[in-house]
Amino acid sequence: MSLSRRHFLILLPAAAVAWESVLAGTPESSPNYRMSDHWWGMLIDIPKCIGCGNCVRACQAENDVPDGHFRTWVERYHVDDWNMTNPEVISPDGGKEGFPSVNDDPNGKYFFVPKLCNHCADSPCTQVCPVGATFISPDGVVLIDQTYCLGCAYCVQACPYGCRYIHPQKHVADKCTLCYHRITRGLTTACAENCPTGARQLIDLKNPNDPIHAFLKTHSVQVLKPQMATGAKVYYNDLDGAVR
Amino acid sequence: MKFLKDAGHLFRFAGLFVLAFLIFLVVRGYVVPKTFGEYGHYRGATIVEIAARPVKYAGHQVCENCHTDVVAAKNLGQHAHVNCEACHGPLANHANDPASVTPALPDTAVLCARCHTASAAKPKNFSQVDPADHSGGVPCQTCHNPHNPTPGADPATGAMPPAATAGTHAAPDPKTAGGAK
Repeated sequence: MSLSRRHFLILLPAAAVAWESVLAGTPESSPNYRMSDHWWGMLIDIPKCIGCGNCVRACQAENDVPDGHFRTWVERYHVDDWNMTNPEVISPDGGKEGFPSVNDDPNGKYFFVPKLCNHCADSPCTQVCPVGATFISPDGVVLIDQTYCLGCAYCVQACPYGCRYIHPQKHVADKCTLCYHRITRGLTTACAENCPTGARQLIDLKNPNDPIHAFLKTHSVQVLKPQMATGAKVYYNDLDGAVR
Repeated sequence: MKFLKDAGHLFRFAGLFVLAFLIFLVVRGYVVPKTFGEYGHYRGATIVEIAARPVKYAGHQVCENCHTDVVAAKNLGQHAHVNCEACHGPLANHANDPASVTPALPDTAVLCARCHTASAAKPKNFSQVDPADHSGGVPCQTCHNPHNPTPGADPATGAMPPAATAGTHAAPDPKTAGGAK
């Protein structure tokens, strides 16, 4: 076969466009959804969180999360004035039924930190899977093929955020899907839908009209464990340095 | 062809090798799922399967399609940004079949307290009370309409009573109310 350099260069852009459409894909349940148009993440506005646990209950109801396991949970931090590097963290039943009241403490501060899968762009959990059961979808969501998973729990150990667990009945890994079945239908996630204060917002970094872009320009936003270079896409606004 | 005279055993071995390779290809064709490798080192059909899972929370847009009066009243008050299902629970089944699936009325004693119980961990500008101190056991909805919680607010127009405009919370009776922190 003789392909001249000239013809090769002419064909190259066409091949790129074709490959892009292959990568795009279209889930059957949402015919107007193109994976290549999205890059999902979440914004968590710490100063808005009231620790009501609505997100935890909504997640459990939406995704049939077994009791005692969490795809999302809320932690309450107490950072003492005299011991900044050793915060006291509680999360009773994942914060599902809220938190015990605290009176004003002259020492230090209290605040809530909702946690969930960070849907890392360079995810440690997908890198360690020996069978290709967990992966980052073309639209930036870390998912698990539960028909393929062996339940070896290697990914559970690899996740630096503790976001995975072995499902007690299915005996395979389970985690937050960022409500993939909802976001592909144009809905927001169950946790964001049910957050009464708007502390959680689904964000689409590839959508130029998403309000996240304006928000990021004017706020101090941080991800958890940035030193691990996981490419985490759960952005925390006003995150205290004591949060692990 | 003199050099092939004694090479029969090599051909037999090569034949076995080719046969084993063909068997490997056939087995691989059966064992590896069709969509494996479609997008990467995983089964591409997984994405379709996960996307097809049923939705439990219908989303506020669906609620607003029918309950326009309640949504209009809610939009006038402090709870304008609280979505319906945040209090009423997952109701996609009700949206699909409004006649046979009806939502249970939430217990305000539990529901209101979850968000509004005073705690130093909550944002300072968020309305918080000590429920026992604030109401003395009187149900919240005696004074507060959950859809527009400012006491005395006109449910139809959202007009506030004069006292409510002074602070974040209704002017509290110092004897009965814990007051907003």
